[in-house]
Amino acid sequence: MNVTGYLREKILYINLSGEMDEYSAQSARVKCDKLIEENASVRKIIINLSEVAFMDSTGIGFLIGRYKKAARISVPLYIEKPNFSADKILNLSGIYSLIPKAE
Amino acid sequence: MLSDCFQEVVLFYMTKNYLKLQFYSLPQNQAFARDAVAAFCLELNPSLSDISDVKTAVSEAVTNCTVHAYRGEVGIVTVECEIEDATLHIRVSDTGKGIADIDQAVQPFYTTLPSDERSGMGFTIMQTFMDGFSVNSVSGEGTVVSMSKKFEAEVMENA
Repeated sequence: MNVTGYLREKILYINLSGEMDEYSAQSARVKCDKLIEENASVRKIIINLSEVAFMDSTGIGFLIGRYKKAARISVPLYIEKPNFSADKILNLSGIYSLIPKAE
Repeated sequence: MLSDCFQEVVLFYMTKNYLKLQFYSLPQNQAFARDAVAAFCLELNPSLSDISDVKTAVSEAVTNCTVHAYRGEVGIVTVECEIEDATLHIRVSDTGKGIADIDQAVQPFYTTLPSDERSGMGFTIMQTFMDGFSVNSVSGEGTVVSMSKKFEAEVMENA
């Protein structure tokens, strides 16, 4: 799983790509948290899931973990462009009430 | 007609099929397991949405073996698949520590490992994404998760 980030107008965009499961989530967690720590002064963080081809419930735990991390530095977190199946899992978990989809 | 004969042969091969996979409960085998099951059910001409449901359910079941059944050690995970009359049956079994309270384990958001960023949604996803779902477990002996999904026949255009 690849994690890349960039800053634009005080918004941290984090792009995930590849397959999110128990195996791949471990390194993605570390990379994501590093990006969040290095950009603690942003207005908001948007995690883009458009290139996540597969995701199981590991993705729910992963996103909630990043949500807590961002909440500790009072930065709101958003999810952007999950594919059809990721959206199905995220809906089922009710995660959008915590981490809304970016407009 | 030749095409009719061909149809019969195809129908014969499509009625029943079986696959058995065994592998170590290593996290890097999860993608292999779900992709193998997905490839196995391609003969049912599934929709992308059905394939994705099956992959996710298999991934959840196999993750449970790695994370819960054989926590801290490596054991054998067995995945068996059977196709019968356009229905895919999947059985994922381990010989790990077993589940003490199944009713509790299948509750949405219930997890024994909240500190590990576990969502507790694995069984809920298997239940929701598949048509049939059951868990049998004996403490200290292992767990068997059985799931099934019926694939709706897709209308195919004549070539």
